[in-house]
Amino acid sequence: MLDLTAEERAAAAGESGEGAAMAMRIVAESARLMGAPRLIPVASAHIDGALYHGDSGTLFAEKLVEGGARVAVRASLNVGSLAPAGCAAIRLPPHERDMARRMMRAYEAMGCEPSWTCAPYQAGHRPALGTDVAWGESNAVVFCNSVLGARTNRYGDFLDIACAIAGRAPDYGLHRPENRLATLLIDLSGLSPGLRRSDVFYPVLGTILGRAAGGAVAVIEGLQGCTTEDRLKALGAAAASAGGVGLFHVAGVTPEAPDAATALGGAPPRERITLTASDVEAALARLSTAGETERVDAVAVGSPHLSLAEIDEVEQRMAGRRLKIPLYANTGRHVVGPLEAQGRRRALEEAGIVFVVDTCIVVTPILPELEGAVLMTNSGKFAHYAPGNTGYAVTYGSLGECVESAVAGRLVREPRAWR
Amino acid sequence: MALKATWELKAEILLPGGPIGGECLALTAPISFWGGVDPRSGLIIDARHPERGRDIAGTILALPGTIGSSSASAVLLELVHAGRAPAALLMDAPDAILLLGLVVAREMGWPTPPAYRLPATEQKQLAGKRLSISAEGVIRAE
Repeated sequence: MLDLTAEERAAAAGESGEGAAMAMRIVAESARLMGAPRLIPVASAHIDGALYHGDSGTLFAEKLVEGGARVAVRASLNVGSLAPAGCAAIRLPPHERDMARRMMRAYEAMGCEPSWTCAPYQAGHRPALGTDVAWGESNAVVFCNSVLGARTNRYGDFLDIACAIAGRAPDYGLHRPENRLATLLIDLSGLSPGLRRSDVFYPVLGTILGRAAGGAVAVIEGLQGCTTEDRLKALGAAAASAGGVGLFHVAGVTPEAPDAATALGGAPPRERITLTASDVEAALARLSTAGETERVDAVAVGSPHLSLAEIDEVEQRMAGRRLKIPLYANTGRHVVGPLEAQGRRRALEEAGIVFVVDTCIVVTPILPELEGAVLMTNSGKFAHYAPGNTGYAVTYGSLGECVESAVAGRLVREPRAWR
Repeated sequence: MALKATWELKAEILLPGGPIGGECLALTAPISFWGGVDPRSGLIIDARHPERGRDIAGTILALPGTIGSSSASAVLLELVHAGRAPAALLMDAPDAILLLGLVVAREMGWPTPPAYRLPATEQKQLAGKRLSISAEGVIRAE
């Protein structure tokens, strides 16, 4: 049974205004649904709710604003449906464009930061180890839990802003230490070091993790010395789009897993999966839906949003060459700001890069409508969502293959020596 | 929750609502509403989902599991607002992200479908049947 404090009950009854009351009732009702015994204070929020899916979300946000609601804690904003700082044309019809703009304004009016990125953790929002927070956007949630060691459940639209206004979240799930222990062990020691150190492996591993773990917590053994922050970002994003993964541990790498035994809480794993090169090759093949074709109409990178280090790599691989087909670089203001200041943005755009800023190609209509079109990507999350959301079939490949294909105007594969 | 001789199941109430009727669409794989269901039409659009192309509007939608994006609740709220929501949800486990769409619909004062808890193993036998569900969560074949 949920037990609210006197202060929480007063807020739900409208003592601090109708907007705050609505927020507290939504948090409390969610707590009841999850069987949480109480609410806990949160230190920050990341808000996924300002993405336009239809008029209902705009009407909800405006009802909160009309009720006088303000966020009680730091609240960064995930991507929106418009790109005030980007150069990609967005094909939203006038009504949708107007409603999307009203929605973005409503969230800013409640005091949220206009960060407009799905990688807030690379835009200066990094809660401390062990802190309770209320984050939305599945990749941000899994990164926050796994790589930063802050504690959040997967807060969806509405609950994220409700928690930010209430300053409270239901005490359940990954807020509780006992639920953060791994029960599944994924052993990669049979894979070649070359594979474990290649960028293209991480979205594939994430897809395998998502399918194998579902909502369970896994610890991965065998990546010591192989990971970077961007690889962990890609791993988490793919895991969260292929399954309900909110937290994973990497033995010797992530903060709650100095070793596998600690991540497992000293207990033997309930399940152990030993991956082979064949498992990885099969999962890699499943990320593509386009079949045997050399056709590539567009290349998209940056789900989650590209870091400056990832842009550097795109730039190095282009090596001054022009692209025959557009490469959509999805990123945030925290990255294009410095790029502009360094004079690099214009040069990249002239070479054929299209910057998609504050949003991304699978959440709002940017890609041209083409019959039988194929999108090439190095993102497990784009590979998962692009067919349903854009109508493009997907060819998955490494960043090197993406850049070379964009230069050549057709699919270019690199040799892979994974065994 | 055992099946009685008279074809009756009792499901736990997650979010209450009035009595409803409809055909049961029992999904055979977990689904992500965001990227998996079109918020305007109610059609399943996930290219890899076995029930791709089916329309969830007005159905008693049985969900063996939910996966993926934290925007699922927004898609469900939009389906309610557009009149394309299922008539009721049967869920193996309560998913706070998805059900929130219904909690918010209720706060907005819109007609809101009820949600009940029913194990995935019991959902299977309801596939394709016309059902009625009482306000108390009693499920009967019509």
